[in-house]
Amino acid sequence: MITIEVNNRRIEAKRGEMLLSALRRAGITVPTLCHMEHLFPSGACRMCVVEVEGQRNLVPSCAFPVVEGMKVQTHSPRAVRARKTIIELLLASHPDDCLYCVRNGNCQLQTLAGELGVRERSYTGEKNNYKIDTSSASIVRDPAKCILCGRCVRVCEEVQGVSAIDFINRGSRARVGTAFDQGLNVSSCVNCGQCVLVCPTGALREQSHIKKVLDALADPNRYVVVQHAPSVSVTLAEEFGMKPGVDICGVMTSALRALGFRRVFDTAFSADLTIMEEASELAARIAHGGILPMMTSCSPGWIKFVEEFYPDFIGNLSTCKSPQQMLGAVIKSYFAEREKIDPARLFSVSIMPCTAKKFEAERPEMLAHGEPDIDAVLTTRELAQMIRMKGLDLHALPPDTADTPFGRRSTAGKLFGASGGVMEAALRTAYYLLTGKDMENPKIQALRGFQGIKETRIRIGELDIGAAVVSGLGNARKLLDAIRAGRNDLHFIEVMTCPGGCIAGGGQPYGTDLDAVRERMQALHRIDRDEPVRFSHRNEDVERLYADFLGKPLSEKSHHLLHTRYAPREVVV
Amino acid sequence: MCHDSDACRRRIATRAAVLRRERLDRPVVFVGTGTCGLGAGAGKTLAAVKRYLVDRQREADVVEVGCIGLCSAEPMLDVQLPGRTRVSFQGVTEDKVAGLLDAVFAGDIPADSVIGQFRTAAAQPWPGVPYVDEHPFFAPQTRWVLANCGMIDADQIDEYLARGGYRAFADTIRTKTPAEVCDMVEASGLRGRGGGGFPTGTKWKYALNTPGEQKYLICNADEGDPGAFMDRAVIEGDPHRLLEGMAIAAYAIGASKAYVYIRAEYPLAVRRLVRAIADAKAYGLLGDNILDSGFDLDIVIKQGAGAFVCGEETALIHSIEGKRGMPRPRPPFPAVQGLFGKPTVINNVETLANLPELAARGHEWFRAVGTKTSKGTKVFALSGKVARTGLVEVAMGTRMRQIIFEIGGGIPNGKAYKAAQIGGPSGGCIPAQHLDIEIDYESLKTVGAMMGSGGLVVMDEDTCMVDVAKFFMDFIQRESCGKCIPCREGTRRMLEILQRITRGRRNETGQEALERFKGVMYLNRLAEVIKDTSLCGLGQTAPNPVLSTLRYFRDEYEAHIFERRCPAGVCTELLTYRIDAAKCKGCTLCAKKCPAEAIMGTPRSPHYIIPDKCIGCGTCVDVCRLHAVVVE
Repeated sequence: MITIEVNNRRIEAKRGEMLLSALRRAGITVPTLCHMEHLFPSGACRMCVVEVEGQRNLVPSCAFPVVEGMKVQTHSPRAVRARKTIIELLLASHPDDCLYCVRNGNCQLQTLAGELGVRERSYTGEKNNYKIDTSSASIVRDPAKCILCGRCVRVCEEVQGVSAIDFINRGSRARVGTAFDQGLNVSSCVNCGQCVLVCPTGALREQSHIKKVLDALADPNRYVVVQHAPSVSVTLAEEFGMKPGVDICGVMTSALRALGFRRVFDTAFSADLTIMEEASELAARIAHGGILPMMTSCSPGWIKFVEEFYPDFIGNLSTCKSPQQMLGAVIKSYFAEREKIDPARLFSVSIMPCTAKKFEAERPEMLAHGEPDIDAVLTTRELAQMIRMKGLDLHALPPDTADTPFGRRSTAGKLFGASGGVMEAALRTAYYLLTGKDMENPKIQALRGFQGIKETRIRIGELDIGAAVVSGLGNARKLLDAIRAGRNDLHFIEVMTCPGGCIAGGGQPYGTDLDAVRERMQALHRIDRDEPVRFSHRNEDVERLYADFLGKPLSEKSHHLLHTRYAPREVVV
Repeated sequence: MCHDSDACRRRIATRAAVLRRERLDRPVVFVGTGTCGLGAGAGKTLAAVKRYLVDRQREADVVEVGCIGLCSAEPMLDVQLPGRTRVSFQGVTEDKVAGLLDAVFAGDIPADSVIGQFRTAAAQPWPGVPYVDEHPFFAPQTRWVLANCGMIDADQIDEYLARGGYRAFADTIRTKTPAEVCDMVEASGLRGRGGGGFPTGTKWKYALNTPGEQKYLICNADEGDPGAFMDRAVIEGDPHRLLEGMAIAAYAIGASKAYVYIRAEYPLAVRRLVRAIADAKAYGLLGDNILDSGFDLDIVIKQGAGAFVCGEETALIHSIEGKRGMPRPRPPFPAVQGLFGKPTVINNVETLANLPELAARGHEWFRAVGTKTSKGTKVFALSGKVARTGLVEVAMGTRMRQIIFEIGGGIPNGKAYKAAQIGGPSGGCIPAQHLDIEIDYESLKTVGAMMGSGGLVVMDEDTCMVDVAKFFMDFIQRESCGKCIPCREGTRRMLEILQRITRGRRNETGQEALERFKGVMYLNRLAEVIKDTSLCGLGQTAPNPVLSTLRYFRDEYEAHIFERRCPAGVCTELLTYRIDAAKCKGCTLCAKKCPAEAIMGTPRSPHYIIPDKCIGCGTCVDVCRLHAVVVE
C-alpha cells in the first residue's frame, strides 16, 4: 500500500493500480463513460480527468498509475469545466429526443448532463444523421445516439471474441458499424446483447416485443401463456429498486397473471426436461462412441457462434433444443391437446434474460409447421417496463405459484440461470442414469463461481467424466482452440454466452455489474441449498410429461419435438 | 589476406573514386527524379536526355538522383565532364535539354540556367561559373542529413559505400556495446525530429533496460503534415543513410527486427527502400549475424494508408499490428510495452538519418552545432509564398529570417511577409515580430509554435489568417481518429465556428449571428479543453493553429466577426463587389455570367450589382475585360 493525497486528504492506494480504482475505493466519485472493469483502459471519454500536481495536462484517472505521494484534485474548477465541456460537446451532436428514448431516466449521458449542470446549448452545429439498424431479430442499433465510448466494441471483441462491430470512418464521421456497413442481421453478431448491457445511452437496445405481447393480450381470440427463465426471478427486483439477489419468483408470477397471461409456466421446468434429454444423450454418446466432448446447446448466442466460427464442432453440440424452445414445443403440442386449444390460437410468450432468445425463437429450425413455437420473447427489462406500464406494485402483490402442467421445477433446473448450473444439473441426472442412485452430495463446488473456464473430473460408476464449464465466448474460443489443437480429456462442456451465465445476460437490467451478478448467483445457489427437490429426474411434472406424452428420453416424439439440428452459417465478416 | 595488400587497397581506392565520380571516363548527366522533380517534368527531361545521347551518338552515363532540395528549380539537370567539376542547371524542361547539352559539351556554360558548380579538388573548375556552396540557397545550410541527396544514385549501394557509408555502423557493432551507443547518442543531445523533441538516447535506454527477448525498432515515415516532405526526400535521395541509422539504433536497443512504417502515397520512396534493403542484405549489412558480429537485423516495410493519426506512436503500433490506427493511453510507453506488447522504439526518419554521421564523428562533433538545448541540424520543408522553395537543412539556432529571406529568397512579387506556419497542423504561426528568434525546440514553444516535423509554410500579406486556421482545423477534424470526445467533437465545433465567422451575412440566421459574436469566446474555451484533455498528441495540439493565429492576428478575427470583412480579401463571402460606373461600358458580359442574377443594367450603359443578391463568387471580376468591378 502507498499513500496518495486526494483533495487534500490522504488515501491509500495499491502499488501499480490505476488512480481511478483508488479513488473509487476511497468513495470519491469521478464519472466515466468508457471505463470497463477488468479491461485495459481505453482512455476514450476523458470524463475521468483529474488534476495531478506536476502534470501539464489533466490526466485520465482510469489510465494513470498511482505514484507514492502524488497530489490529486478530482473536482477542481478546471477538471469540472473540462467534464462539462465534454458533455456539452456530446450533447451538441446528440439527438434531442430524450423523452422518446428507451433510456430516458436511465441514461448515463442524461445523468451526467444533470450532475454537471448543463442548462444551455453551448455548441450548436451539424448533428450526425444516421439510419437506425433494425435488421437484427434481437438488437436495434441507433448510431445517432452513440457517443462512441467504445464499450460495445470492446465487449464484443475482447470479452466475446465476436468482433461484429468496430469503429468505422474518421473524425466526426467516426461511428460504430458492422463489416462493410451491412445490417447486423448478416454480421457475425451472435445477438448476446452484452453490448446493450454496457451501452451508456440509447444507441443499443433490444428489438422490443412489448407491442406484440400487448396486442395478443388484448385479443380475446388469443390464448396467451407465458414462461419465465430461471434467472429472471432473481434479477427483476433490481428494476424496482430492490437490491440484487432477491428472488421474487412468487410475486413475479402474480404480476404475470395480473398482466393477463392465462397460464404462467416456469422455464426451469423445461430446464429439467432438457436435462433428462441431454443427460440421456450424453450417456448414449459415451456408451455408443458418439462425438465427444458433447457441448450444451441452451445458449443461442453460443450456437450461432459455433455455426459461424467453429462449424467443425457442430457435431459436438447437443441436439437438445434450449429450455425455452422445449417448453414452447410442448405448449403447442401436449398442452394444446390436453386443454383442447387450437395451437393456432395459442400465443406463447417467454420472459428471458437474453436478447439472443429473440433470434432463437425465429430460427427456421424452430418453426413447427411454419408457425413459431415461441411467439414473443421479452427481456427482463421489457417485463419490468410492462409491469410499470400496467401500474402494478410488486410490493403489494401476493406471491403465487406457476401453473400445471409445467409449473414445478427442481432446483437443478433453477441452477440453469448461472454459469455451471447446466453442468451441475446434468451431472446429477447422468449419475442417476448410469448408476441408478442419486448423488450423495449434489453440490459440485468446482463448477461454481466466476472463473471463465472451470473444470473438474467426476467419477460416475466406472466412468471418469471430464467436465468443463465456460462462460463468455472469448473463453469458449480458448477452450475450442485447445480442443482443435488436440486436447481430448473432456466429455461434456457447458458453454454460456454471457460471462457468468444468464444472470448476466444481455436482457438483464441496465447497470449490471460484477457485484450484482455475484449476488444473483448466490441467490440461485441458496435456492438449490434450501429446497428439497434437487434433481431434474425427481421433477414430478417432468415424470408425468414422459408418462403421458413423450414416452422416454430420446424417444421418437422427443426427437421430433425436443431436438433440433444446426448448420454452418455464412456471415459478413 | 588480399585486402591487406597495397595493390588491393589501391584498387579499392580507385573504384571508390570512380563511384564518387572523382574520376570519369566519360561524361555524366544527372537528372533529379525525386517526386518533386517528376512533378515538374523530370521524367520528360530524362527521356529527352536519353534521346539526345542517341541522336547525337554521344557516349555518356545518365544517372537518376534524388532531390537536392531546391524544388523550385526543378527539373534540375547536372552535367559532369571528365576532368571538370559537376555543374548544376535549373528549370531544364525537355525542350531545353538539347540546347543545354549542346552548349555544355561544347564547353560553354549557359549563364541563364546555371545554378553553380560543385567545389572539388579533384577536378578543374569552370571559369566564371559560381559555386553551388556560395549560392544563397545553399550557403547558409549545414547539410548533414541531406549530404548525399541529389548527389548520388540512390539505387546504388556502392555509391553510398564509396562515400563512407555503413562504416560507422560496422565500427559501432565491432567496438561499442549497445549501452555505449545509447550513452553516445544521449551525450550528443540528439532529440526526436518527428515533433516532440524527446531525447533520443534517453528513449533508447528505456527500451534497452526493459528486459525482453524480442524488441522492435520502428522508423516512422508516416509523414502526414500538409507541406512536409523531408522524410520522402531523404528516403528517395539517400535510402541507405536511413537503413544505416536504423541498423545503429536497432543495435543500441537490442532489436532484431525493425519496421519502416511509410505512407503508401510514397511509391517511389517505397521502391527505393525495397531495393536498398535487398542490396544491404545481399552485402551482409542486414540479415543474420551481420559482419560476424552476432547481431541480426531484419527490416520490414509496412505501408500505411495515409491516416494522419498513424504518425502518433501508439496508433502507428496498432496499425502495424493490423488494428485500426487509434492511440491508446500512455503509460505503458512503447519503449516498455510497444509493438505486439514488446519494448519498442519509434524514431522518425530524420532522427535515424542523423545517426551514421553522429556515430562516425562522435557526440562532441554533433554537440558543437546548435543551441543550448537543441543540437545538430534540422531539415525544413520550405514552401508557400517564398521565392525559393524546397528542402533546407540548417543548424539549430538559425534565425527564421535567414531561412525565409536568405535561403528562401524572400517573398515574391514585392509582397510583404505576414507569417510562417511551422510544425504543420499541430504547430503555430510565426509573425514578423518573431522572425529573429533562433529556431530550436524551446524558442518555438515560447512563441506558441512548435518544431513539429519541419513543415514551414510562408504566407504573405494576401493570406487570411482566419482562413489558414480554418484550413488546418478542417484538416485536423477530418483526420481525428474519432476516439476521444474532445478531439472528435471539439475540433468539429471549432471548425464550425470558423466557418460561421467567414460566412456571408446573407446566409446567416439570427441565431447564427449571435453565435458568430460568441465565436472567439467559444473558440478559446474549446481550445483550452481540447488541449487539456485529449488522448494523444494530435488532439492536444489540434487547437494550436487557432490559438496561434488568435494570439497574433486577433484583429483579423475581429474584422471578420464584427466588421464582416476579410482584410486579406480571401474570404469571398465577406467581400463586397461594385461596378465602377466610369469604367463600365455596359457590355452585359458580367450580367450574363452572374450565377445569382445579381447584376442589372441596360446594354451600353453602366451596370449595377444588387448587394442583397450577390453571393460573392467573383465571377464578374474574372469576366470583366475593363477591370470595372471593384472588390472591397
